[in-house]
Amino acid sequence: MVDTAPTTTPAEQRAAKRHPGRAPKGYSMRTLPGFSVIALFTMIVLYAPIMILVIYSFNEGTSLAIWEGFSLRWYRQAAANEAVQDAAIRSLYLAFIASSIGTVAATMAALATTRTRRFPGKTMIYALINQPLMVPEIVTAVALLIVFATIKVWTGHTSMIYLIVAHTAFCIPFAYLPIRARLETMDMSLETAARDLYASPWLTFRKVTLPLMWPGIVAGLMLAFVISLDTVVITEFVKSAGQETLPTYMLGQLRRVVTPEVNAISTVILAAGAILVALFFRLTQRKG
Amino acid sequence: MAETGGYLPGALEAEAEKADTRNRWLLSLPAVIIIICFAAGPLLVMVLYSFLTPGDYGNVKWEFSLEGWMNTIVQRDIFDDTLMWADAHISIFWRSFSLSVITTVLTLIFGLPTAWFIATQPPGRRELWLFLVTVPFWSNLLVRTIAIQELIRNEGVINLVLLKLGVIDAPIQMMFTDFAIGFGMTYVYLPLMVLPIYAAVDKLDFRLVEAAHDLYASRWTAFRRVILPLIKPGIIAGSILVFIPSLGAYVTPRVLGGGKNLMFGNLIELQFGAGRNWPLGAALSLMLMTAVMIALIYYVRVTSRDRADG
Repeated sequence: MVDTAPTTTPAEQRAAKRHPGRAPKGYSMRTLPGFSVIALFTMIVLYAPIMILVIYSFNEGTSLAIWEGFSLRWYRQAAANEAVQDAAIRSLYLAFIASSIGTVAATMAALATTRTRRFPGKTMIYALINQPLMVPEIVTAVALLIVFATIKVWTGHTSMIYLIVAHTAFCIPFAYLPIRARLETMDMSLETAARDLYASPWLTFRKVTLPLMWPGIVAGLMLAFVISLDTVVITEFVKSAGQETLPTYMLGQLRRVVTPEVNAISTVILAAGAILVALFFRLTQRKG
Repeated sequence: MAETGGYLPGALEAEAEKADTRNRWLLSLPAVIIIICFAAGPLLVMVLYSFLTPGDYGNVKWEFSLEGWMNTIVQRDIFDDTLMWADAHISIFWRSFSLSVITTVLTLIFGLPTAWFIATQPPGRRELWLFLVTVPFWSNLLVRTIAIQELIRNEGVINLVLLKLGVIDAPIQMMFTDFAIGFGMTYVYLPLMVLPIYAAVDKLDFRLVEAAHDLYASRWTAFRRVILPLIKPGIIAGSILVFIPSLGAYVTPRVLGGGKNLMFGNLIELQFGAGRNWPLGAALSLMLMTAVMIALIYYVRVTSRDRADG
């Protein structure tokens, strides 16, 4: 976002100030014919399907064809559905635990791998942490299925622990990125000052480093939470019988007839995700 | 004393550096262990599995075999044991590849103008547009796929509107076709194309474009000869970013393609379900992973070259 070169002449800038939003007078290469039309069309197409889904989740009737009036019928039905309740609670529980552990691990790793000289193994740690991002999710899911199926047969143990560790590993790179980005904007001067004033390393960390990097940690936590809530492929392959999360429940429902109940659940997921992402943007874009 | 005075600090420094390295490793250890155990390590186990014999009820027998790898492209005739091309697999590879290419081209056709439009907005509004493009990307992939399903299924919005307008008499079958998969993937991966091109256009020095105009280049010539070469790294980056998840897509083809129009990811799943051929599934997964890795390495080379230039 750093403007290295002025893209307009001073005269144009003045004109732009006088008429904000209006293109500078005369010929401009900044607008290419048809581009704005395609762009606006794209933006509409990007939102239209989601909007339709949200609107019809409030439809009284079953069909998309007829609008039978505003109603919360499908929300009530979803909320009363025990399978949905069960899956929703499991999803939240899983996301909460996996994103918390993942964020703690990612915070420690970010502290170790930023603001430092090149130490032996730094590149390897970095590559390992980003590894889950580089492999298609279906491949990770299948690899976990292979390992966990064997462990499940050997031990006979089929608790949530498999889902928790799988989600935690998948959450770590997502939590790591914003925390690392935050740390990289912080120089060492405040910490050095604290150390010069005889603060112990732990005290320096608690009173200086942690408060400064806090927005990054919260952003990382929220991103990891959203990722865990959204993850469907890994969950589908790792879960044992009766461990449906909200996305795998919906995926299972799609095999049958789609009812507006799925739309209602989708809308709730969209809303929760949108709130978290909006907060994430606020946290990462505000400086200082 | 004078001798050691110059020597000790150096040794101490080396000692301190060693301790620092050790501490940094210790600090990274939880993340590293979790990922080795539950992400990277299982991939190695999968390599092993691809060389074993399929078990009768799924899983494997611990006998070495190359069948898993061979079965990715050839199959044995059940009667006379002759080898022939596994046409079903090859057509699925081809569908995966061609649909990924189509998705990439379509996202480019819509994504490039969108990125351009956003980058040429006044600064205050740019952030908002960028945010609007990013939000759908962060929203649940499955939910967005369901939204597309609501649009294109036989009782969906598009068919309803066309029927009402009298354009068609019977609903067009769009679900469970390659078109549905391509449309769905274009929709879900579009933001991945917009963001890198936006970054490239944002860096573009418009004085060069104005110079082209001053030298009597038409808009089209200026676009082709000046703008396009300058934003090419962004276009390549966006294309790879769209191509990679398209190739490995699983949810979108499963929901929109149904049971017949499989892509690579669904073929892999099949081996762990009804196919009961885990070694083949493992070999296919490793093939997919290799293809993605090649694309990623290319991506890293393009983007790092771009960074070195800029």
